[in-house]
Amino acid sequence: MHTLDSIIVSAETDFLAANQVADLEQVKARYLGKAGLLTEQMKLLGRLPAEQRPAAGSLINQAKERIIAALEARRTAINQAELTQQLAAEAFDVSLPGRGMGKGGLHPVTQTLARIEALFRSLGFEVAEGPEIETDFYNFTALNIPANHPARAMHDTFYLDEKHVLRTHTSPVQIHYLQSHEPPLRIIAPGRVYRCDSDVTHTPMFHQVEGLWVDETVNFASLKGVLADFMQRFFERDDLKVRFRPSFFPFTEPSAEMDIACVMCEGKGCRVCSHTGWLEVLGCGMVHPNVLSSVHVDSERYLAFAFGMGVERLAMLRYGVDDLRAFFTNDLRFLRQFN
Amino acid sequence: MKFSELWLRQYVNPLLDTASLAHVLTMAGLEVEAIEPVAGDFSGVVVGHVRTVAPHPDADRLRVCQVDVGTGEWLQIVCGAPNVCVDARVPCAVVGARLPGMEIKSAKLRGVASSGMLCSGKELGITDVSDGLLILPSDAPVGLSVREYLQLNDHSLTLKLTPNRSDCLSVQGIAREVAAITGAQLHTLPTAPVSVSGAPGFDMGDVEAVACPRYRVQRLDGLNPLAATPEWMRERLARSGVRSLGAIVDVTNYVLLETGQPLHAFDADKIRGAIGVRWAQTQESIVLLNGQEARLDADMLVIADDAGAQAIAGIMGGAASAVSESTTSVLLESAYFDPDAMAGRARRLGLATDAAFRFERGVDFGATQQAADRAAELLLSICGGVAHPAIEVLHELPVRTPIHLRVARVARILGVALDGADIQETLQRLGCVLKETETGFQVSVPSYRFDLAIEVDLIEELARLYGYDRILPKMPRADLSMTAHSEQLRSVEGLREILAARDYQEVITYSFVDQAWETELAPQNQAIVLKNPIASQMGVMRSTLFGGVLDVLDSNLNRGQPRVRVMEVGRCYQAAGDGVVENLRIGGLCYGSVAPEQWGLTARNVDFFDVKADLEALCWPEPLQVLAAQHPALHPGQSGQLVLNNQVIGWLGALHPELVRRRQWGSAPIVFEMNVEPLLLRELPRYCAMSRFQAVRRDLAVIVGQDVSAQTILNHLRAANVPYVTEIALFDSYRGKHIDYDKKSLAFSVHMQDNHKTLTDGEVDAAVVQLTDLMQRQFGAQLRS
Repeated sequence: MHTLDSIIVSAETDFLAANQVADLEQVKARYLGKAGLLTEQMKLLGRLPAEQRPAAGSLINQAKERIIAALEARRTAINQAELTQQLAAEAFDVSLPGRGMGKGGLHPVTQTLARIEALFRSLGFEVAEGPEIETDFYNFTALNIPANHPARAMHDTFYLDEKHVLRTHTSPVQIHYLQSHEPPLRIIAPGRVYRCDSDVTHTPMFHQVEGLWVDETVNFASLKGVLADFMQRFFERDDLKVRFRPSFFPFTEPSAEMDIACVMCEGKGCRVCSHTGWLEVLGCGMVHPNVLSSVHVDSERYLAFAFGMGVERLAMLRYGVDDLRAFFTNDLRFLRQFN
Repeated sequence: MKFSELWLRQYVNPLLDTASLAHVLTMAGLEVEAIEPVAGDFSGVVVGHVRTVAPHPDADRLRVCQVDVGTGEWLQIVCGAPNVCVDARVPCAVVGARLPGMEIKSAKLRGVASSGMLCSGKELGITDVSDGLLILPSDAPVGLSVREYLQLNDHSLTLKLTPNRSDCLSVQGIAREVAAITGAQLHTLPTAPVSVSGAPGFDMGDVEAVACPRYRVQRLDGLNPLAATPEWMRERLARSGVRSLGAIVDVTNYVLLETGQPLHAFDADKIRGAIGVRWAQTQESIVLLNGQEARLDADMLVIADDAGAQAIAGIMGGAASAVSESTTSVLLESAYFDPDAMAGRARRLGLATDAAFRFERGVDFGATQQAADRAAELLLSICGGVAHPAIEVLHELPVRTPIHLRVARVARILGVALDGADIQETLQRLGCVLKETETGFQVSVPSYRFDLAIEVDLIEELARLYGYDRILPKMPRADLSMTAHSEQLRSVEGLREILAARDYQEVITYSFVDQAWETELAPQNQAIVLKNPIASQMGVMRSTLFGGVLDVLDSNLNRGQPRVRVMEVGRCYQAAGDGVVENLRIGGLCYGSVAPEQWGLTARNVDFFDVKADLEALCWPEPLQVLAAQHPALHPGQSGQLVLNNQVIGWLGALHPELVRRRQWGSAPIVFEMNVEPLLLRELPRYCAMSRFQAVRRDLAVIVGQDVSAQTILNHLRAANVPYVTEIALFDSYRGKHIDYDKKSLAFSVHMQDNHKTLTDGEVDAAVVQLTDLMQRQFGAQLRS
């Protein structure tokens, strides 16, 4: 039986020498294959006397099991080593940036408009639009600003011809909308407006949002309620102080300008609020009966309030932008700050 | 409107400090825009009397003065001002005085002791410039505080008045308003007519009745042309922002500020024949006080004598009859011109005068004579002379029709109930006269309130005086209903988001662009030209978004950005017949590297098909098609019209190489624009059952002429509606080796499936044959082996 032991030792040595699964399979054939050493031993078994055969056979089987066990162990070890090697080879720096397309973003004025729209939609306002090239009638006359009225001097108007102007405010949308819709209604009208004025604090084009609520029950107190609510939601400040000052717009009466406590200095006074502690943010008022009657709304039955706000102004205060012109310079370094 | 606070307080003096007074005015709708102290913050400066002046032993430009400041002992003060002289009365800052930026101490100047400082106007913050000591009148009381003597504890207030409040364009008017707001007592200065003698001394001609309902002229003779404007008047004018121009003009300006009534003084010796008020004649012109020659229109009112127009009524006087340093006789005009006859005329002439500003808004026609009397009184007291009887032409003055005010309507509009007594008391404070009616009041308003004509005008006044702050905010109550929200409409915001997610930065460019640029980019469009552009490069309304985004590209390249991907959503404008078409478009451009610089991607420039993929994403799930077409601004072989649902909606292409070269860009930007409206429509999804039978795919590779459009072939294949074919797609396009130079190879995948059975080979083959036959027939396609 010395031979079996030496075969086992030899097989274990040969298996360890194999470093790849394919090599191991060849080594395996040398011992367990049809002409393998152990197979030869089995063939010799027939030559032994019958009474010795069971014992001898048992020994051979034991040897075979040990060889198979050694083979399996080696096979597992080789697989394991190969896997380890593969994993090491495939490892990469997961901290590298993601690959592919970059990301853009929306203009801060667009974002501010979207925010204003969302807030008013939540109160059931619909969004309306009107032309930017307006007739004199819609931009002025229907809004109770007859020809030569001094209030026209408040608007530095761009003219296209005798009859057409670039709208100086979004208020004409009120007229268009009321011509085609029956009250009660509430709308906002965002859009571009134009004034022939350009300096540090004026650009010849800017954005406004007009608002209009026509109903039997609205009044000046509710105008104040809605606009105070809006400003507090817009700036996300429940304690934002607001005030309303009498003013004049030909298309509203009573008219008011709305101030908010300066959001830069908390009302203490700073450069932004000209040391007054207040920021003028909006003009508003109860719609003038002449305007309602020009669109055949019964001003005895219905009351209406309207307001108009400058979008760039709100965006500047919200994001701390100190130069109005930056909105139209379209410097990518500026725009990307709002992405 | 700028005025002196002390002047105002002469008429009404509420127990409020300057800041509180300004706040009260602002909250009543008379916005205080500026509060400026009339002098710097200083103390310890008194009237000094210079008694002796001696040269300084060691400095040529310094003098040693002995100054009496009323303490009994003269002060020795070293002074460097060129105008210091014996007997002058000047402001003297004594030791311990505080001036803006300094404190006065005893000192030695070049070895000579000096106990104080003699001051210039600039050092006291009274004037911006000065060329020496501020010389005070010779009767200035020695030792009196200069602040007190010059009334320097005063402020100039500037009101930003709204156009409806012409009644507050004077100190008296503001005083009236302050009294109404605060309840403080209003003091009026009684003005009596000056005593007159002799005949009027001039002839009154015709006066246009409607445009000039009231015209009053008075002749004053024997005026001293060299009389000086008194210091108090000069000071008040200065604090109201008006320069002193000689006694006669100063008086008219002073009375204008005081009463709000514009006055004009003609040199009586330069008026020929009768003076009257008429409409300008055609081609008539006049040289004005400011030297400007104005060509008049027929709807402009003039004051004319026999020689012609001597003034544009209510706007500006003429040079020919202007008062001068030799004027001794004047015709003093005080008139009421109808606002409608005045409106817009000054602006049309490029003029902005205090008189026109007031007449356009409405001047109190009830105070025409008072103002004239006040001016005559002042003129005679300053310049001496005598007054002649005035001539006044009076036509029909405006009538203030009483307004009916309903108490219930006040509550309904304001949301706060004011009782009848409060309403009555408030309106009376404003000078209204009320008569009670069943539901409210009949209200008669004063002549100076041009803004009170209908009920709501009065309601605004009530709200203003009650205080907007006291009307408490309240959320309105309205019936609830949901707002409509169509599932078949996409939002414009959604389109923006798609492009932003694909690396586009949104920009907003001006709607007006350079005409030259516009012509170059869109010569086919009829651009709309602005009559009064703010700058020549903003002269026309854009008919395409290209110009704006290309300018953005240019400016960002100049700022060193190597890669620009921008988009804009905005309207474009085109003339169409008599009218104008405004079209909302989405457009943009890509320039530079296709992706941001990064590891692991080979850098390459963005191309047509990169951008086309972005636009396909924008239109998804509707299929976007591009048909080769030529656009003046685009590369003729790399541009096409964008087609969605058989409708041309825009353009995509590389910018024309000629334009690229002219701008000296390194490569051609890929630009696009399309109409937004067609992109917003979205079909409501409709479910179809999926087939349970096996799908079959066949690939067809064909060779066609290289100018055949792949899209056209696809359109034909799809339109053939071959049985069982569910989808046809192009998956390869090849030109080069093994293909003739004027040919290309296209490879299509054809997917087939039936809902009811598995397809047989015969059915599949028949479909393929049908498709290949079609391609051969229509496009001369050869099946590739």
